[in-house]
Amino acid sequence: MANKLFGILAEYEHPGALLKAAEKVRDAGYQKFDTYSPFPVHGMDDAMGLKNSKLGWIVLVHGLLGLTGALTMITFMAHFDYPVNISGKPFLNWPAFVPVTFELTVLLSSFGAVFGMFFLNGLPKHHHPLFNSSNFLRTTDDKFFICIESEDTLFTEDKATQLLKDAGAVTIEKIYDND
Amino acid sequence: MSTYEYVPEQPLIKGKHNFSSITALVGDLVEKPAPAGWYIAFGIAVTLLAVLLGSIGYLVWEGTGIWGLNNPVGWGWAIVNFVWWVGIGHAGTLISAILFLFRQDWRTAINRFAEAMTIFAVICALVFPGIHVGRIWVAYWMFPLPNQMGMWPNFNSPLLWDVFAVGTYFTVSLLFWFVGLVPDFATLRDRVKSKVGRIVYGIFALGWRGGNRQWQNYEKAYMILAGLATPLVLSVHTIVSFDFAVSIVPGWHTTIFPPYFVAGAVFSGFAMVLTLMIIARKIYGLSDIMSDDHIEKMNIVLMTTGSMVGFAYIMEFFIAWYGAVEYERFAFINRAFGPYAWAYWTMMACNVFSPQFFWSKKLRRSVGFTFFISIVVNIGMWFERFVITVTSLANDYLPSAWDYYTPTLFDASTYIGTFGLFFTFFLLFLRFFPMVAIAEVKMIMPQADPHYYDKHDHAEVNEKQTV
Repeated sequence: MANKLFGILAEYEHPGALLKAAEKVRDAGYQKFDTYSPFPVHGMDDAMGLKNSKLGWIVLVHGLLGLTGALTMITFMAHFDYPVNISGKPFLNWPAFVPVTFELTVLLSSFGAVFGMFFLNGLPKHHHPLFNSSNFLRTTDDKFFICIESEDTLFTEDKATQLLKDAGAVTIEKIYDND
Repeated sequence: MSTYEYVPEQPLIKGKHNFSSITALVGDLVEKPAPAGWYIAFGIAVTLLAVLLGSIGYLVWEGTGIWGLNNPVGWGWAIVNFVWWVGIGHAGTLISAILFLFRQDWRTAINRFAEAMTIFAVICALVFPGIHVGRIWVAYWMFPLPNQMGMWPNFNSPLLWDVFAVGTYFTVSLLFWFVGLVPDFATLRDRVKSKVGRIVYGIFALGWRGGNRQWQNYEKAYMILAGLATPLVLSVHTIVSFDFAVSIVPGWHTTIFPPYFVAGAVFSGFAMVLTLMIIARKIYGLSDIMSDDHIEKMNIVLMTTGSMVGFAYIMEFFIAWYGAVEYERFAFINRAFGPYAWAYWTMMACNVFSPQFFWSKKLRRSVGFTFFISIVVNIGMWFERFVITVTSLANDYLPSAWDYYTPTLFDASTYIGTFGLFFTFFLLFLRFFPMVAIAEVKMIMPQADPHYYDKHDHAEVNEKQTV
């Protein structure tokens, strides 16, 4: 199997330098790049030119599913399938159905938020080319990186390397698909 | 003309720290040998866990007759312990969700810890509704599952609402906790030296890379979860209070119960966080992250919620008089001066009186005194639930139906056993999990702000760690 170039990985000194470098990469017109940091850097979404996360819509759909699902379930059980006369209360006793409906709405919304987030982030994932770099492993400790990926239409190895270098990279490394 | 002096907030992280020293401080704890005290504590916890399992085994064999329940008092320690443990859990959610929405950055030092406490406390709480049913093999009747009778649960019943509320609460707390843990598991994956450790942490880290495209969705998910957990935590103790308030037993049938229960829950939970935190920060040397400032802030929460609880006690009394219902009036006079007066005054002393010491700045910054009060508060909150449950049932309407409630050895062994369950989990958490949210603590350091570097020289970056 040919060892394909995944992208160029550049290390920056601190979050401030990372943010400025991300702005340069964005202004150069790259789409397929990402910045890596031990914690979310404030203002990075704008610096990278990212659109808003779609997660809210996923949560909304799940929340509505929980709401309608709970009401359907309770109505079916308490009114259609086996109505039971409890202290003469109506079979469709809406106020009493509020707590369970609320809880199930929250439950389904949370499923949407957590599993939707993992879905959007492409997790769980067994391996990623970036993990081939031993230096990259310190991104979860105290290092800051930008990687421009070779799949970007503008990508050429020299230009991307030069851009990252001009933006103040401390180290530059080529990342391959296979180790 | 008076002049005002600007008092800057104290730095949240004490001492000279940079990103990698924070990683090392927390991350190395899982690799260092555990302190000797850990093994002793774990031994005790597992012994108590065995006591719990033995007590439950005997309960299943013999039935609920082994408890001190009698004819008027059909709800004894099981519900007292259930409400107490659920209440303790609420502080974890308050810290992780509500303080997050209020942008209280100091929460990052203790949120991991407090969320772990929530999960284990809710597990302990769930033991009681699970085992108190007598015929444990039909406990699944609590859920809307098809059964041999073809019947469904009663959706008019607060006890059924409770099943959904606490079940949802446990699930959402666990998910919230896990989401917070993923980046820190990734830190440990990239850090630990043992191969087994790398594989296990790697599995739980799910392949997290720390890319901003991931962080963006992650932060959104975190915020949405905080927004969902906030009404959820309020609803849970509200519904727990409905177990009492929706009945017509004197002393229970009051509309003040939901807010009063929620305040009490946060009160006891903060006390429990303080107890655990003061021990853990000492043993693991985390005073830079969990500083005396944190203790002071938490003591202010303790004092506030304690005063809210005290207000509720007095208001209950007032409404009992003002409402002019004979049985209600009797229930309250009986609480304060009847056969359970000892429990009532223990509750008043521990919950209303003891937190008032924290008006003094000196006392709320005193670690030893805080530790003492945090335990007193949890004793008091246990007695609150005991007073509510037992006094109302023991002496309700007809004096001929009254009886005095005395717990048995098995009530006590089951309750004490749940501490074994709680601490077994908690000690395992301290041993193998990142006990502080590493990524979140880094995020609140001044160096994490990209504009920090606009005004500081590059040479200064490594020297000057806190502003």
